[in-house]
Parts: sequence; structure tokens; C-alpha cells
Amino acid sequence: MKLTLKIWRQKGPNDKGQMATYPIDGIDGDMSFLEMLDVLNEQLIHKGEEPVAFDHDCREGICGMCSLFINGEAHGPDRGVTTCQLHMRKFDDGDTIYIEPWRAKAFPVIKDLVVDRTAFDRVMAAGGFVSVNTSGNTQDANAIPIAKADADKAFEAATCIGCGACVATCKNSSAMLFVSAKVSQLALLPQGQVEARDRVLNMVKKMDEEGFGNCTNTGACEVECPKEISLDNIARMNREFMKAALCHED
Amino acid sequence: MSRSVILKSSIVKKYWMALTGLFLCLFLVGHLLGNLQLFAASEEGRRAFNEYGYFMGHNIFIKILSYLTYISILFHAIDGILLTVQNKKARPINYVKNNAGANSSLASRSMAILGSIILIFIVTHMANFWWVVKMSSKQMPLHSIVYTDQKSGMSQDLYITHSGNMLPTAYFESSEMAPAQMKIKNGTEFYSAEGDLLIGEGYKDMHSLVYAFFGHDKTKYGFPENKLALWAVIGYVISMLVLAYHLMHGFASAFQSLGLRHPAYTKLIKGLGTGFAIIIPLLFAIIPIYIYLTK
Repeated sequence: MKLTLKIWRQKGPNDKGQMATYPIDGIDGDMSFLEMLDVLNEQLIHKGEEPVAFDHDCREGICGMCSLFINGEAHGPDRGVTTCQLHMRKFDDGDTIYIEPWRAKAFPVIKDLVVDRTAFDRVMAAGGFVSVNTSGNTQDANAIPIAKADADKAFEAATCIGCGACVATCKNSSAMLFVSAKVSQLALLPQGQVEARDRVLNMVKKMDEEGFGNCTNTGACEVECPKEISLDNIARMNREFMKAALCHED
Repeated sequence: MSRSVILKSSIVKKYWMALTGLFLCLFLVGHLLGNLQLFAASEEGRRAFNEYGYFMGHNIFIKILSYLTYISILFHAIDGILLTVQNKKARPINYVKNNAGANSSLASRSMAILGSIILIFIVTHMANFWWVVKMSSKQMPLHSIVYTDQKSGMSQDLYITHSGNMLPTAYFESSEMAPAQMKIKNGTEFYSAEGDLLIGEGYKDMHSLVYAFFGHDKTKYGFPENKLALWAVIGYVISMLVLAYHLMHGFASAFQSLGLRHPAYTKLIKGLGTGFAIIIPLLFAIIPIYIYLTK
């Protein structure tokens, strides 16, 4: 397979950056998208050029490390997969492929296609946890009965890998799908109730502070999410937020 | 709830957007029901519409609702602008290639521009009707009829009062021979020139105002001919098309923002939203077309 790649190159956070064109040949349909980029980088290194920097880790679609805005879509044209699980058979011989980093004020570019997603970590630190007693007599989590439907919904929310595709896809760079998945996961379980009010208020406050945009319910995030996290979570977070905001005593 | 949460939080801004938006949807229904009376072009229809107009202008509950509507429009627009500015700031550098059509509808991505066009429409719409009826210092023509005597063939113009009496409009005109016997005060009240006695109250002729604006010849009732009537109709219809697109996303989106989402109801809400977005603007748009075509 012969392709033309148009890739965002940026030397560092303060570099202006620009699109660069790379022709590439000999790409097999069974290669993953990242393997295709590995091939490109091998060639660049052989030529003495700087390889393209991109994030990756597990390469099996569960770590949330890989990103890339491919041909105008987060994680490329396939549905329900991360970039590492996107195969080159989804493209045709002779295609031109645009590869860009996530674009958001809250996700500044570090180099080439690598962006800084620690804004998500700071949102998590603001409330995306449950405080448990670790003094040695911790209660068995399974001792608390949980309705099957709630457990299922919490699990679905928990499958969010925090890759940032929702932010990258959203025309407003809103992080609502990510934050709502994290809020929902804990709001649905009894263990999450103790801190429920503070959690949603603090996480939303942090989300706003980090410079993410507002949700306009376009639904693009839900479509592009590699874990197919539902907009149900955003509605749940909106409810949780109002409940907390109306009852909070300060 | 602390003040900072009410004013600053992204989610609360969206709540306000949804609440004002849904209130404005209710307003649209009320406004449409009033407008549909314009299909009655006859003299009875004209009288009925003008009486309805009088009621709308003099009922305290309608007044409260109208102020709520003004506030909602302003709030919806200002909140929308604030949200849009924040959203633009959240992505300082755009994508070179963005295939947004693959994951979202055009309407959902164009709410700000659609809303801006609707705001421009509201301003012109209010200038054409609300201003003329309620605000302008110029006397709005009152409901008058042309009465022709069968025997003599003489005709005269008569104002209709609330009590059903007729007053010749000639009484209100001064000539070289004599000053006017009567005068109009406070927009609709008929007073005798001498003694300042309230004789009766008339109706603002809103029916003829609308008919004249969309192309009918109502010069006999004191309305100038609108040479741009065709453009008025075209502009109105385009505005309703824009409104339809805005509602296509806005109606269901408001429920999502309020957290009202459930597998059992979401499909129904989306269906209702689509129906609302098509039917309401369509009925609004048919009225000026009907008026223009019957001129």
C-alpha cells in the first residue's frame, strides 16, 4: 500500500509547528496505524531525520496512551477502537492521511503529535477517588450488595481509559464525557456516596479551571470514544451537579 | 448554592441555556396560536384579531409573561455568547482537517450562528411590529371601517369603539372651517376636544398592520404600501428555516443539559423535538406566504 502522510511537526512546546508531507510505501493492511508510523520513523532515522514523536504504550487498546487525530477524527475513521487497534486495511492504496495532535488549550503540544494530558490527572485528583480505610481491617468490597443494573452502568463508565478523544473531537474541547464517566462510575456505587457532592462540584470546578470548553450536546464525543462511553453519563453528571450545588452548604 | 457556582460553572450556564430555551419554546407556541388567527382575513377576523391584540396588551399575566420572554431572550443570547467565547478559547489552534460530519449534525455544530441570525430576526421583527404598535411616537392607526350608505351611495370612515359604537373619523380632522371635534389620547382613547370628555376607546389595527406589511393594500386604513413586501416574506421564511434548524438540536439538547435522559424517554424527547422543530416554524412561515398570495 502506497500512502501520502501529512503529519504535524513541532519541535517543542514553543515552536510554531507546521504540517509536513511524507510519502510512504510498502504498508501492509494488517499493520496497525502505529506500526505504520514505526515504519515511517525507521525510514526517517535512516535518512538522518528527526523521527515523528507520538504517544503509545500497551498497543492493545486498554491503556489510553495513544492518541492522534487521523483524517479529521479522533483515533481515525474506525469506531470503538484506539489508534493502536486501528488497522491500515481501513485505508486504501494511494490515500492521503492527515495526522494531527489533539487540539485543546488544556492539552498543549509537547512535541509533534505528543500532547500534555496531565489536566485529566488534575481533574481526577480533585475528586475522582473514594477514600477507604487502609488500617488493616478494610471491608471486603463484595460484602456490599449492589444492584446488577447499577454495577453494569458503573462498569461501563469505568471502561473510560482517559485518552482524551472526547476533548479532541468536541468542537468546544469539552471534557464533559471524561469527567462524567469518572463521576458516574463512583456515583453509581455505594462506596462513592460519602464524597458524592464534593466530588462532582470539585471535579467540574477543576475541569472549568483547566480551560476545557462547555458541552453543547453535539454527541461527537460519544461517537468517537474508543470505549463508547455514553452521553447518559453527561446527563447523570448534570443531575449530580445540580443536586450537589443546590444542597451544598457554603 | 454559592454565588460563584451560579455564575461561573459551565454546567450551570448550560442549565440557564436549557431553561430559557425551553421557556422560549413555550412562548413560540403561544405566539403561534395568536398568529394563526391571521388566517381569518374577513372583517370579523380583523375585528377578532384586534380585540385579541387589545387583550394581549392589557392583561397583567400576559405582561408578566412578556417581560419573562424579553429576559429569557436576553439571557439566552448573552449566555450563549459567553459560552461560545469560552468554547472558542478552549481550542486556540484548529485542525487542518476535521471530519466533523462523521460524528455530529450540522445543526448541533451551528447553534451560535443560527442563534445570531434568529436574534437579528427578532430585532427586525420587533422594529416592524412591536415598535410600531407599542413604542413609536407616531399614532398607530386605529380600527376603522368604511361605511357606505345603500340609499345615498355616500361613504364615510368610522372608528369602532369597545362599546360597539361608531365614531366618524371626520370628527378627528380639523379643517379651515372648523377645528377638530374630537382627539385621540394615549394611543387608543377617543376624547371630545371641548371639555376633554372620554367618549370611548378604540382598537389598534394590528390585523391591517400585518396585512399591509406582507403586501396587502391597506392605505384606506392608514397604512402605507410596503413595496418590499416580497422581501419581507422571503426574509421571514428564511428566518423560520433557521429557527427550525436551531430547534432541531436545541429542543432535545435542553433536556440533556437538564439531565433529563432515560432510555425510556430519550427517543420520545428527540421525536418531539424534531416534530416541534418542523411544525412550529412551518406554521409560522405559512402565514405571511398566505397573506402575500391573497393580496
